[in-house]
Amino acid sequence: MIDYMIPILLLAISLPALRRKENLYGLLLEGTQQGLHILSSILPALILLLTAVHMLRASGAAEIISDVLAPVFSFFGIPPETALLVLIRPISGSAALAVGAELMASYGVDSRIGRTAAVMLGSTETTFYTVSVYFSAAGVSRTRYAIPAALFGDFVGFFMASLSVKLFF
Amino acid sequence: MVMGWIWTAMLLISIFFSWLTGNGAGLSASVLQGAQAGVTLAISMAGGLCLWSGIGHLMTHMGLTGKLACLLRPILVRLFPETRQDPDLAADLSANICANLLGLGNAATPMGVSAAKRIAAGDSATDSLCRLVVLNSASIQLIPANVAALRAGLNCNTPFDILPAVWVTSLCSALLGLTAAWILGKVWRHD
Repeated sequence: MIDYMIPILLLAISLPALRRKENLYGLLLEGTQQGLHILSSILPALILLLTAVHMLRASGAAEIISDVLAPVFSFFGIPPETALLVLIRPISGSAALAVGAELMASYGVDSRIGRTAAVMLGSTETTFYTVSVYFSAAGVSRTRYAIPAALFGDFVGFFMASLSVKLFF
Repeated sequence: MVMGWIWTAMLLISIFFSWLTGNGAGLSASVLQGAQAGVTLAISMAGGLCLWSGIGHLMTHMGLTGKLACLLRPILVRLFPETRQDPDLAADLSANICANLLGLGNAATPMGVSAAKRIAAGDSATDSLCRLVVLNSASIQLIPANVAALRAGLNCNTPFDILPAVWVTSLCSALLGLTAAWILGKVWRHD
């Protein structure tokens, strides 16, 4: 069932567009072109951050960080290898993408760590970025409990990502 | 500014630890390998990311987000009571939530920001504004397109098999994040 979800979704939005005599193909091309702009805007950050992440790995620092945090992570059932990802996820989206991609590549996309990293990336957001964009746009300087509540949501996300990968695979 | 600090801290930490372990050669090799890995990563997820951006553009143009919004109406009114008097706010909020659901994070932000401006009252955050931020930072996604593109780029045969896990996880984090906001909202009054 889930195998057909994405292909059918593609069809399900294409057919009504045809029926309404929209410029279906033109719209698709236009949006895909915008995707290239998004890609070129994140590419410089990915180059810089993967450089830093590879340096952290090569120096052994990434391993030491996960070793130090291992007792806390194991207590919650979160793989300690994902420590760097968990630490950086709320701060920077592209850094998290860089760390997550590195984890998936070195442990394997279908490994437990690779899957957990993927679920973590897919189900959390760059909390501090979100908070700063929304509050500065709204002209609100006292954020009250927004940050603790959002960070608690992130923590639940990391915990549930580890648990659901353990249960589902 | 923050990123400058993070970048420098990452450099300092890796130089310090490789000095401790005496692995300077590996460290200097990793600099260029990492830079190349950034390009490889971007190219390997380019197809999926661009395709989804095309689909997203079509969905937005077709007003699909607006249709999904009708389904979300009952939840919206409970979470954001202001929407009863303000139909524009309701439209912004539902478009924001729908774009998040469809994995179109880039499209979600402008609508969310416009909703935040309407909700805001004064210098201190209202409960609704906090809820909006918690909801957006929990990111409930039906289709995590970027991650699927990333996995496909790393030669995964089943890039979408993480979907159920992502649904359960993001639903839990949104619900518990909102619960935390509700509890904290009772004790953390305006100052």
